Amino acid sequence: MNHLLILPILLPLFTGSLLLIGHRLELSTKRRLSLAACWLLLPLAFVLLWLAGDGQLRLYALGNWQPPFGIVLMLDRLAALMLLATALLAAMALLYACRGDDALGPNFHALFQFQLLGINGAFLTGDLFNLFVFFEILLIASYSLLVHGNSGRQIRAGMHYVVLNLAGSALFLIGVSLLYGLTGTLNMADLAVRVAAVDPERAPLLAAGGFLLLVVFGLKAAILPLHFWLSSTYSSAVPSVAALFAIMTKVGIYAILRVFSLIFGSEAGSLAHLIQGWLWPLALLTLLMGVIGALAARELQRLLACLVVVSVGTLLAGLALGTAQSLSAALYYLLHSTWVAGGLFLLADLIARQRGAIAGELIAAPALHQPLLLGGLFFAGAISVTGLPPFSGFIGKLMLLQSAQGSARLLLWTVLLLGGFALLITMSRAGSQIFWRAVNGPVSQPPVASERVDLIRLIACASLLSCSLLLVILAKPLLAYVQATALQLLDVAPYLQLVSGGKL
Amino acid sequence: MEVVFAITLGFMTACGIYLLLRARIVPVVLGLTLLSYAVNLFIFAMGRLGGGLPAIIGKQAGYSDPVPQALVLTAIVIGFAMTAFVLVLALRNLKAFATDHVDSREPRP
Repeated sequence: MNHLLILPILLPLFTGSLLLIGHRLELSTKRRLSLAACWLLLPLAFVLLWLAGDGQLRLYALGNWQPPFGIVLMLDRLAALMLLATALLAAMALLYACRGDDALGPNFHALFQFQLLGINGAFLTGDLFNLFVFFEILLIASYSLLVHGNSGRQIRAGMHYVVLNLAGSALFLIGVSLLYGLTGTLNMADLAVRVAAVDPERAPLLAAGGFLLLVVFGLKAAILPLHFWLSSTYSSAVPSVAALFAIMTKVGIYAILRVFSLIFGSEAGSLAHLIQGWLWPLALLTLLMGVIGALAARELQRLLACLVVVSVGTLLAGLALGTAQSLSAALYYLLHSTWVAGGLFLLADLIARQRGAIAGELIAAPALHQPLLLGGLFFAGAISVTGLPPFSGFIGKLMLLQSAQGSARLLLWTVLLLGGFALLITMSRAGSQIFWRAVNGPVSQPPVASERVDLIRLIACASLLSCSLLLVILAKPLLAYVQATALQLLDVAPYLQLVSGGKL
Repeated sequence: MEVVFAITLGFMTACGIYLLLRARIVPVVLGLTLLSYAVNLFIFAMGRLGGGLPAIIGKQAGYSDPVPQALVLTAIVIGFAMTAFVLVLALRNLKAFATDHVDSREPRP
């Protein structure tokens, strides 16, 4: 048994608890502690990525209770990839937060660590109920992080977000207990075995449980009818928190991928590919809604939030196609969209800080203090997020377009390419509004806060955006890895063997 | 017993959803609470209903499943914490906007 598996959960847990106990510590001490723990996750994620790279499934049985009786953590390529995405994003978001965001409330760092605990746990767990618990941990931390700053706008957005997610949690519990009542197990691999062998009379009930889970994960991932909370939530959060939230929708996507490729995957007999038919239209409609929202957005942060919805739609399209090729495209796109979206949220704050009271609103304002620097970054980010070369969005979209076959191809190409075009328009409109249509001097607005960009903030933002280039430079090994990940996910048999005498 | 249980659950869920849709904070919180009670009972029922059964296999012909009971405990604790959190948030909302509507403003008549 490899104890490294549980470290991404334990490290934030202990750091967060320590920060809570020592909540009277100096802010600088808290910062150091929190940063150290967060940055440690990064090498850890690389080690786990390397471990998972050999294609073996690793189990960590808590308390050495053997599966399917005890709770297990499971590390496969997908989990390792998601851990890496989280670790890098969190490292940069926290670095950014340490330049002032964290001083708005007393327990920012503790909450940040608990958020990481929830996210990492959700990626590592191999147990459905445990997934619920980690979801709740990440949710309750995110509720508090969202209202960090205590502005009226945040409380309004927070109210909706909290109530919606509580209703979602109730559905999650119904779905999970339905599955338990029918199969008598909560271990995901064991569930997969039982679902495959279920008698046809009970299959519709199992399917109902599966669909309930889809609704819940769809709420987290912001799929079409359940995405309305996203734009006000993301745009009102403190920038570093908004950047971290870029991974939250991906947790929903991950859960969909995990549950519906394993439990209701290719081996599930009559329930195989349960949601495939639903995902495809939902994906395209989500993409379209995101694009429409982006076209209508009158504030930079809201525009970026809509871009998150677009990326969710794109990812879902990859999942819905369900081939190894489309899955690997989606996974590559997931890394790209997480990091670039995080970087853009940070950049939007850097821009807003130089526009004084106008902040992120897309109206003419006095000129920025450093238009070249911020404009250059915005240009790079915009090109990357709309999917133009030479950035990673281009490779991800290209792979996705290539993976579609037959009638799906026509639909996907139309929606994705037209959507990309519309995004290009919105981003260039926003960019020209911010950087070119400057009004001379303060016009009936409070004077602009013309501070220069803080170096550390700039580094955090630029590193996340430059990940896009890094993804292109390292495309060959990365693509090999995501392709292996997709193949591993589609080959369910090794997962099923885990419960019957898998190696520990 | 199953029928009574099912009707109770359905009624509680319906009440919960009705209150949830009232869009005022206190009814919403009560609705969420009712909903979580219904869910807890549902989880409990998924371990099969029955009385006087030990949670050990082999003592009697039947046995009661301890796992759903453990799950219910977890769900209760989490639900309780969440309710407390919503209430605090609701108070903040009340203080900031002087309204108990969940949209933080009175709907237009």
